[in-house]
Amino acid sequence: MMNRPDFKLIHEWIPENAHILDLACGDGSLLAALARDKNVTGYGLEIDPDGITACIARGVNVIEQNLDQGLANFDDDACDLVIMTQALQALRRPDLMLDEMLRVASEAIITFPNFAYWRHRMYLGIRGYMPVSKSLPHAWYDTPNIHLSTFNDFEQLCRDKGLIIVDRAVGIGDHEGHWTSRLWPNLFGEIAIFRVTRS
Amino acid sequence: MPKLPVDSVGLVTPRTAHFDDPLALACGRTLPAYDLVYETYGTLNAERSNAVLICHALSGHHHAAGYSSADERKPGWWDAHIGPGKSIDTERFFVVSLNNLGGCHGSTGPNRENPETGRLWGPDFPMVTVSDWVNSQARLADRLGIERFAAVIGGSLGGMQALQWTLAYPERVASAAVIAATSKLSAQNIAFNEVARQAIRSDPDFHDGWYTEHDTMPRRGLKLARMVGHITYLSEDAMGHRFGRDLRADDLNFGFDVEFQVESYLRYQGDAFSTSFDANTYLLMTKALDYFDPAADHDSDLAKALAPATCPFLVVSFTTDWRFPPPRSRELVNALVRAGKSVSYANIDSTHGHDAFLMPEPRYQAVFAAFMDRIAADLGLETHA
Repeated sequence: MMNRPDFKLIHEWIPENAHILDLACGDGSLLAALARDKNVTGYGLEIDPDGITACIARGVNVIEQNLDQGLANFDDDACDLVIMTQALQALRRPDLMLDEMLRVASEAIITFPNFAYWRHRMYLGIRGYMPVSKSLPHAWYDTPNIHLSTFNDFEQLCRDKGLIIVDRAVGIGDHEGHWTSRLWPNLFGEIAIFRVTRS
Repeated sequence: MPKLPVDSVGLVTPRTAHFDDPLALACGRTLPAYDLVYETYGTLNAERSNAVLICHALSGHHHAAGYSSADERKPGWWDAHIGPGKSIDTERFFVVSLNNLGGCHGSTGPNRENPETGRLWGPDFPMVTVSDWVNSQARLADRLGIERFAAVIGGSLGGMQALQWTLAYPERVASAAVIAATSKLSAQNIAFNEVARQAIRSDPDFHDGWYTEHDTMPRRGLKLARMVGHITYLSEDAMGHRFGRDLRADDLNFGFDVEFQVESYLRYQGDAFSTSFDANTYLLMTKALDYFDPAADHDSDLAKALAPATCPFLVVSFTTDWRFPPPRSRELVNALVRAGKSVSYANIDSTHGHDAFLMPEPRYQAVFAAFMDRIAADLGLETHA
């Protein structure tokens, strides 16, 4: 259930009893684990029918909602924390979503595939093809990932918006703690994991 | 005798519960005594924890599942979702379905005798509201020894009752499913209801509601009301797909008789309804719809109105429903979220318009079954084949 490399770290970062919003919550496994282990409450937002059914079966509150239409139905500071795992790159305007996330909560955790990961660079730079990997499993023509970015790109966006990066990490399966990825995340991190707050 | 489907609850017999304790109504009047006709499917467990209440819609009644007789052509109105192995699994749940007060299928209503006058109630039957219905349903629950329902479920007007249950009797509801419903009617909804009422009330056979005493029925009015209603139950796509511009005959006849198939269909639906339903009941039910607005007493703030609710909700809408379209369900969901309640929401792709809530549709069934399974698991209910 928690085999996604980004889930493990998020699980550690979330405080007990937090009220959270999980954007693109998938089958609800993260919310279910957080509810069980940390008494977390909240809602998942999802548009995939199978994901929604799986959430309901798990007893996870899930709301069918297209994230590209924003979060206008949630009040300012509606929750403690907003999570979005592996969905930012599929949104029409990731920058506006970041604003929305930090409107409904003071803190956000965001994970996305790092396009500058060395394997992705090899794919494009050496072989001359759009990268396909575990974190980017789609072909260029049917990928939902329309706004791919890098570790550095996201840091830049946060700086431009005046957001504070509280924590950052990389997920590369079993090697997330490896010194190389800690030192050069933009090169060795397959999945970028950020924890940001309002300034 | 023809064999009944294996996933049917089989032959069912309605029962009548008589109540002598007066029921005070929202309109200020009191019903001194009344009957409620109901059916049950499945078995109430020893802990009495597996009961599910089904609330019916505008033209519904107690016969929600199974067959009243071996010759009955069509099963109960929600048979697609109630039965062994279905979303509301009768091998696990004990299902209660009743005819609401003011109805015309056996419960006390305009077409029953008023014991005080010896006449039929007719137009004298008091105006009943969703909250009156819920109060009467709670008394039926008392009578059946059900302290707390595992779920209260309804579609359309039935969904309003499910919602009202969570506000009036939060301690008696373990979960609620509000399907193809709304927390209040729009001006357009009320407008359609008013057209239906005017159709009935302006029928010369209506006689101010005393038509039975004149040995007649406002058939034309009720037929028109149903035809208008029916248009709002179907989607433009569903109608187009089913009838298109198909003609009954090969050529146009340049007259006002039935020419298009859709006209034929509407007239047939209207005719069938006008002889099987009571006009006074139809008037009452549409008023109950119009009046429902739990936020009205809370500065029109639905989230405030929802404060008493404690149970998890399932809210379901259908993409082509234009009677109570998805934004109405989203309003309810957003208010539930704002009030901090447990809620899940699914907007089901369907071409069937408002009527989709009555039909089997794989995604609808999957969501519904997942919710019911979850309730059963949370309550520790066992399956009895």
